[in-house]
Amino acid sequence: MASGMSAREEILAKVRAAVAGAPTVEIPRGYRTRRQVDDLVGLFAERVGDYRAIVRVVPSAELGATIDACVHGRRMVVPDGFGRDGGWDDLDTADGVMTHCAVAIAETGTIVLDHGPGQGTRAQTLVPDYHLCVVLADQIVPGVPEAVERLDPSRPLTWISGPSATSDIELNRVEGVHGPRTLEVLIST
Amino acid sequence: MSATFIGMPGNFPKNAEKAVQDSQLRFNLRKATHTIRDKRAEVVGELPDWGELRAAGKAIKDDVLHNLDRYLIQLEEAVTRAGGTVHWARDAAEANRIVTDLVKATGETEVVKVKSMATQEIGLNEALAAHGIAAYETDLAELIVQLGDDFPSHILVPAIHRNRSEIREIFLDKMPGVSRDLTDDPPALTEAARLHLRDRFLRSKVAISGANFMVAETGTLVVLESEGNGRMCLSLPETLISVVGIEKLLPSWRDLEVFLQLLPRSSTGERMNPYTSMWTGAVEGQEFHLVLLDNGRTDVLADEVGRQALRCIRCSACLNVCPVYERAGGHAYGSVYPGPIGAILTPQLRGMTTDLDASLPFASSLCGACYDVCPVAIDIPEVLVDLRAKAPHAAAERAAMKVAGWVLDDHERLATAQRAATRLRRFVPKKGLPGPMSAWTDTRDVPEIPEESFRDWWERAGRSASAEER
Amino acid sequence: MRVALFITCVNDTLFPGTGKAVVSLLRRLGCDVDFPAAQTCCGQMHVNTGYRTEGTRLARHFTEVFAGYDAVVAPSGSCAAMVREQYPKLARPGSRGAAAIAEVAPKVYELSEFLIDVLKTEDVGAYFPHRVTYHPTCHSLRGLRLGDRPLRLLQNVRGLELVPLPGAEECCGFGGTFAVKNPAVSAAMGADKTRAIQDTGAEVLCAADNSCLMHIGGTLRRQKTGVRTMHLAEILASTEED
Repeated sequence: MASGMSAREEILAKVRAAVAGAPTVEIPRGYRTRRQVDDLVGLFAERVGDYRAIVRVVPSAELGATIDACVHGRRMVVPDGFGRDGGWDDLDTADGVMTHCAVAIAETGTIVLDHGPGQGTRAQTLVPDYHLCVVLADQIVPGVPEAVERLDPSRPLTWISGPSATSDIELNRVEGVHGPRTLEVLIST
Repeated sequence: MSATFIGMPGNFPKNAEKAVQDSQLRFNLRKATHTIRDKRAEVVGELPDWGELRAAGKAIKDDVLHNLDRYLIQLEEAVTRAGGTVHWARDAAEANRIVTDLVKATGETEVVKVKSMATQEIGLNEALAAHGIAAYETDLAELIVQLGDDFPSHILVPAIHRNRSEIREIFLDKMPGVSRDLTDDPPALTEAARLHLRDRFLRSKVAISGANFMVAETGTLVVLESEGNGRMCLSLPETLISVVGIEKLLPSWRDLEVFLQLLPRSSTGERMNPYTSMWTGAVEGQEFHLVLLDNGRTDVLADEVGRQALRCIRCSACLNVCPVYERAGGHAYGSVYPGPIGAILTPQLRGMTTDLDASLPFASSLCGACYDVCPVAIDIPEVLVDLRAKAPHAAAERAAMKVAGWVLDDHERLATAQRAATRLRRFVPKKGLPGPMSAWTDTRDVPEIPEESFRDWWERAGRSASAEER
Repeated sequence: MRVALFITCVNDTLFPGTGKAVVSLLRRLGCDVDFPAAQTCCGQMHVNTGYRTEGTRLARHFTEVFAGYDAVVAPSGSCAAMVREQYPKLARPGSRGAAAIAEVAPKVYELSEFLIDVLKTEDVGAYFPHRVTYHPTCHSLRGLRLGDRPLRLLQNVRGLELVPLPGAEECCGFGGTFAVKNPAVSAAMGADKTRAIQDTGAEVLCAADNSCLMHIGGTLRRQKTGVRTMHLAEILASTEED
């Protein structure tokens, strides 16, 4: 390599020399991109529950009362756009946070936040120890491909599948490390 | 400060010989690898289209490698457009210099780190320490390794070689302010780590991470984790520096639909890992730097057989099924990349000039279990065999293999050699053979040499023998 | 049917009984067995230890010796896998050698494949009144993908009690020159394998590869376990007259 070349130029030149003449690759996409799930709410609830999160299916008319019951006695962070007044502002002393989500995945029991209105900042959904997430039934998609398609890559995204956990000690799963130790999901139907 | 592997003495067989005698290590590894391999098999078995996902994953990564220059430039443009700054590093020293300068520019002397293979590969913590900057590992297993002044021994679970009571000892010894009543119950140990790191997360101004994926099309970086230490580091500090190998690219946003199914199921054996963070450029007012690392990768890329190792997404499924890893443990490989993938990646990244690195391609029985579970279908046995042809061989072995080749080249010579062995059969002992053959007879009897080879039997009686005539 | 026997160098030299059993079995099933005398070795040891020049020479020799046969039967999953899986990687694409390999390789069968896929028989009329466990061997399992073929053959042997081997799919630790280049790990793997075998209470450990059996059997004998090893062909060749 010529001296004085920038690292960028040198790396790119080495890449080009290394793969000169390498064939074009066809990408076979024979995997499922649309899957048929009869009971999306049921599957999502089951899979979230598998992570030892708390999950409840709530008719939309009872949603407000259910949230009230969940957060009773807790200092809750209420993000802008959640549609509820009040809320605790200091993250360090907050007991929990309530959010909506951008999309939810039935097959993997995952909720995805894009931190838009009603979903809080990344810090707001991380520091408090209790996360109450309201998922609307029509936000649930069957699988990962359907979720990726719905999401906007220009937004910061947080995919959450159950409470914070570690298996670093003898592969024993322990819930609750640095993220919220309790995840409660309300599915509004 | 955790130690660095670079310049480690010994070789794989010698390191492994010690490891196989360590009953605690054998017990810990057996339990852990069997647990995780069963979990993986279960969640992989759930997906009817696993084979198709694997084929797509392999092809997407091959496309990345064959067009790496184009995708790197595309990524750089996208990250820059989104307010991030992209740096390029030819090798470890250059990457360490870039990161050190970036941290110094913030005026901070402490950084928090998300578990990252790339920064371990380049010895970043040691380089920062040399400039008075303390790097704190925040992943529980990395913390155990760092506090214990130890080496990581697994890609996913770096402290897999430690059991709960050893971890308790380390915490009592090295964790400031830890309760003397700490038990070895995993939840109690986990809680101790949570409390230990909590304040540090809330006050740290600079974080350093790697990334599991970078999307060229959008400039998005992706980190998968479990504990939330990743989210803490990625979202709370004012400055985020990510050091990522140039091969970690995916061409398009859509490709995540494949890899977010392949990686969690192969890695932790879960349908999805607890947390995945994605960000594009500078978000929520953060300053973002991306350091693209070569450090030998372009050399690997130039090897038509070996380059498939760059498809690796660091899931560690190959470690968990490897019978050699299970018994030798991660330290025997003398690299941050242990196990089957390490045995093909390390000699390619570092060359085979040391005794240790030259022994790695032979650290496999070629059983093929690694290839079967690899989510991007890296044919590890194929690369091992290819590297063995390039590795240096001892003169005595070369001579013996030449003679064997000469004998086997011609069936008359082979028959002559067989008859010589037959004549000596009564003198070959079952055990205690001399020289290199003692490696066999130390633990195994020698098979009895028959009175007559098959080919001599065939000539004498077999050709015309009826079924009964033996 | 005219069949060429590829005995393999290990069986030829150390386990002629396996070759005799294959001849006896195939003749019993009506095959005309030929043994091309010029055969030597598939070259696996050389290629897998890093001696590609010697290995390629042996591969070329193999393709010359076995050209023109309808079927080549080998009592070794490992050597059959070498020819079918690894030979194509040894020759330059488009070369004469590549063409020769493409011609011969698909006609090479491991014994159980030949019996089930070509002769279409799962019951070879064998009798073997013993408690047997089966180790599938890596190259048969993950190279050739033999699946349950050997087990189907064993299940049809009269008098034979087949007991499952826990952790059967795990490598025994032989691995060719791995056994002497990494003796400690090889022995550790062998020890775990023999423990699993003894736990089954079997009298006989059966496999389709004598090289793996040489390693496991050598360990079983050293430990004075009293468990003996037998190649699949030897069990399948056994009849009530024996």
